[in-house]
Amino acid sequence: MFDLIGQMFQYSFMVRALVVGLMVSLCSALLGISLVLKRYSMIGDGLSHVGFGALAVAAALGLAPLAVAVPVVVASAFLLLRISERGKIKGDAAIGMISTGALAVGVMSLSLSKGVTTDINNYLFGSILAMSEGDVWLSAALAAAVLVLFGVFYRKLFAVTFDETFARATGLRAALYNTMLAILTAVTVVLGMRMMGAMLISSLILFPALTAMRFCKSFHGVTIGAAAVSITCFLLGLVTSYLYNTPTGASVVVANILAFLLFYGLERLRNGKRAAA
Amino acid sequence: MALLACRDVAFAYEGRVVVSGIQLSVDEGDYLCIVGENGSGKSTLVKGLLGLMEPCEGSIAFGDGLKQTEIGYLPQKSATQRDFPASVWEVVTSGFAARSLFLTREQRKTAEENLALLRVDDLRRRSFQELSGGQQQRVLLARALCATQKLLLLDEPVAGLDPVATKDMYEVIGDLHQNRGVTVIMISHDIAAAAKYARHILHLRHEPLFYGTAADYAQTALCRAFTGGDELV
Repeated sequence: MFDLIGQMFQYSFMVRALVVGLMVSLCSALLGISLVLKRYSMIGDGLSHVGFGALAVAAALGLAPLAVAVPVVVASAFLLLRISERGKIKGDAAIGMISTGALAVGVMSLSLSKGVTTDINNYLFGSILAMSEGDVWLSAALAAAVLVLFGVFYRKLFAVTFDETFARATGLRAALYNTMLAILTAVTVVLGMRMMGAMLISSLILFPALTAMRFCKSFHGVTIGAAAVSITCFLLGLVTSYLYNTPTGASVVVANILAFLLFYGLERLRNGKRAAA
Repeated sequence: MALLACRDVAFAYEGRVVVSGIQLSVDEGDYLCIVGENGSGKSTLVKGLLGLMEPCEGSIAFGDGLKQTEIGYLPQKSATQRDFPASVWEVVTSGFAARSLFLTREQRKTAEENLALLRVDDLRRRSFQELSGGQQQRVLLARALCATQKLLLLDEPVAGLDPVATKDMYEVIGDLHQNRGVTVIMISHDIAAAAKYARHILHLRHEPLFYGTAADYAQTALCRAFTGGDELV
């Protein structure tokens, strides 16, 4: 066991993947709770597609990937939030349009620029080798910002998530906290997608929250539960991908699926017993 | 000076007026019931009083040291809360969320007092979603009291409750009004109960059909038509 750990982390890319992965798992799990409960789940998915488009364009133009992707995705987060609140075009249709549109632009720009066409798989499904030293520092700083903001505004985010009308009636600036949620999600999505893949990052937002809701019935409990589930599944996925040479992103998602099924089964079992008693 | 006064207030959605001509004055210690059928503009008026919607005409004034954000609001049951993971304590203390980042000792004490007042203090660790409808309403009422002790705005507080829980809820509200001096504005389409418990009645159908004391209201053909089944002339 210790041999394995020692062996894994003699590679510096593994250490970088571990650091960024833990940060992203934690952030996405925390933000995921509010997104799932506010029925904003598809926004995370839409943002990851936009992120893919932005990264691809940046790569084609030879620009720094995160410096382009972060502002573009944050701007899209504003837009998606507005659309789902106003609801002139149906929210799900608008998100579908934006996400597939961004995907097409990304694929186009990757195929037009020479030399990077083979990388498309890495963009879509993630690569553990994608993390540079600079990425690690930026990720750590942004993840720290996400965690601090979440911690400081925890009660406000709860109030806005639980009952937005009441929160607004008592003078809470709900729009501000919705926007904060969208920005933090956008940043997390961009940070996570290079390693996890644009197609897979939103499962990191959805699964831990939904799994934790199977066994926790308070918001505080779900917050801690989701963080624990997310980190555990990430570590399991990372080890699996190292041992069996599978893609990291997909391995982490599979670990999350198994965890969800396990706790879903346990919940059914417990409810069945309660109903029988 | 009244706690809350509406002068010729009207509300519109995208240029279409849904309520107009509202004249209201709510004094401290009052118990006003706003009644009317579904779609008569009650919920719109609630949004306006809470400051979630601007009136297109007239003005709403707050007095006696009351701010618009100091209305304790009990919303109508919403579907999103049904599977929400939250403990009773978390729900009640969210009444303070607009005031401070972290829960103060004083707020903790107030929350505990409000839970005890509504006789749900033994439920504080329970999951909100597992409570009965009547218990949930009491918890939400405790949350509203955390936001204010002055004025409660209750939007259909007994909707979906069984007859026992309904009677119980009216008694809890009556107790807060009589023994705690809380001013109450209640939205309802239960006209019989409104006439029984409230001091003043506003009957709405896009504009006020009646505004006055509950005793006077009981004498009107309007009230009899809704409670006794007489045809409205």
